[in-house]
Amino acid sequence: MSLSAHSAPHATRPGTAVVSRLACTLVQPLLSRVVRRIADRHPSLFARLGPHQTTDFLIDPVELPFALHLRPDPQALVFRAVPRDAAPRGGAVIRGRFMLLLELIDSEEDGDAAFFSRDLEVSGDTEAVVRLRNALDDIDGSIAEETAAMFGPPGRAILARLRRAYDAHPKESTAR
Amino acid sequence: MSLAELICPAGTPAALRTAVDAGADAVYCGFQDATNARNFPGLNFTPEELAASVAYAHDKGAKVLLALNTYPPAGKVDLWRQAADTGARLGVDAFIVADMGVADYIARTHPGIRLHLSVQAAASSPEAIRYYCENFGVRRVVLPRILTIPEIRQIRREIPCEIETFIFGNHGLMVEGRCSLTNYLTGQSTNMDGVCSPASDVAYARHEDGSMSSQLAGFTIDCFGPAEKAGYPTICKGRYTAPHRPEGYYAFEEPVSLNLSRLLPELIEAGVHAFKIEGRQRSKSYVRGVVTAFRRAVDDIRAGRPANMADLVALTEGQKQTQGAFETKKWR
Repeated sequence: MSLSAHSAPHATRPGTAVVSRLACTLVQPLLSRVVRRIADRHPSLFARLGPHQTTDFLIDPVELPFALHLRPDPQALVFRAVPRDAAPRGGAVIRGRFMLLLELIDSEEDGDAAFFSRDLEVSGDTEAVVRLRNALDDIDGSIAEETAAMFGPPGRAILARLRRAYDAHPKESTAR
Repeated sequence: MSLAELICPAGTPAALRTAVDAGADAVYCGFQDATNARNFPGLNFTPEELAASVAYAHDKGAKVLLALNTYPPAGKVDLWRQAADTGARLGVDAFIVADMGVADYIARTHPGIRLHLSVQAAASSPEAIRYYCENFGVRRVVLPRILTIPEIRQIRREIPCEIETFIFGNHGLMVEGRCSLTNYLTGQSTNMDGVCSPASDVAYARHEDGSMSSQLAGFTIDCFGPAEKAGYPTICKGRYTAPHRPEGYYAFEEPVSLNLSRLLPELIEAGVHAFKIEGRQRSKSYVRGVVTAFRRAVDDIRAGRPANMADLVALTEGQKQTQGAFETKKWR
């Protein structure tokens, strides 16, 4: 199933391309470390992904200057920050506010409810999205907290601050 | 007073543990194949996962009900029989079945394990329910969502088994177990393959004006305005244009969820033995929120207190809820 023209990533604002590429460069070492850690700690999630281990997922936190490209292939794991204008086409796209996406990964929010409320957008390969959701939902514990803990007290403090901000304004518009 | 058991959904082992920890009296689940009506990608249990889950539930005093509630195609019963044998070996507390052949096999092969009649059997009359009880030893019927509470009370007087009713979740009123709409468009059967609107045939598209359309097998079944709440991509809840309704209308049903939280005392008084929460395809977050809310409400009612019920509308389809036919046959 290919992406329609309407489900392509939102266009990058003029002048943000440099910021986006710089941000990608800065966060990439962290992302590589995080995804390797999660894969090591939760190997069972790959079984639920089934044939979609090699699918390209574009996870698009709308308020961040970049999107995230995930290919959950245990043999060649990819998790990288990409400028929206250089994001891979095809595969599956999941779009929403950053903290909503994080809460969905941790099953602190319900994906169907976020879809009903239109806070979460899905396009491209719907089956791949469903498999990823179910695989993540079968993980016990909090991936966000595991990730924050990798960076010690500063990591935990940042997560707590993000959660407080999200709880205070959970319905803030995702429109950019 | 009935026991008002809380029967809760689990699509994964983690969801099962969440349901048990939130206060489920029993959890229902299925294998990763066509033997159950939530045969969705990445969902459900391997035999090894079910074994560990049964142990977890039993350790905490909860039961596990195995859904084998689809219909085998003619002559292809082995998958269902093997699933029943595996479930029996792993110690499930009951099977939820729809097909008479599956019911007959279990009744003969595993007579010590309870049989519950799935909503997919669409048994809504005392005569139909008694037939399953007398011929297969069915101990409980899950009633279709088309009956009023007075009708349920009357049925209870005329049948020799327990009654289970849905109290929350998806509100699909097509004749359950008989709907062929998905099959018509995709070639896959809700009733035999266990897939209603298979995800591989679903596509969403966001349009420039902020609206979003949903398609199944290439057919557009709804288009939600920029500020409009969305529903599941099922044909029965699609919005269609017709010569007499060019603006588009819900021809069969609307995107809305069942919520009977306000009717729990009347349902208990009518003799309903168990309350079922729909949603094996939903997340742990949903399971935790809904089970916790209904656990508290049922405990309040049992203790003679007014039920203190949390607001669950944010978890409902289209963020709309109804009491459906349980309140009145004129609900639409």
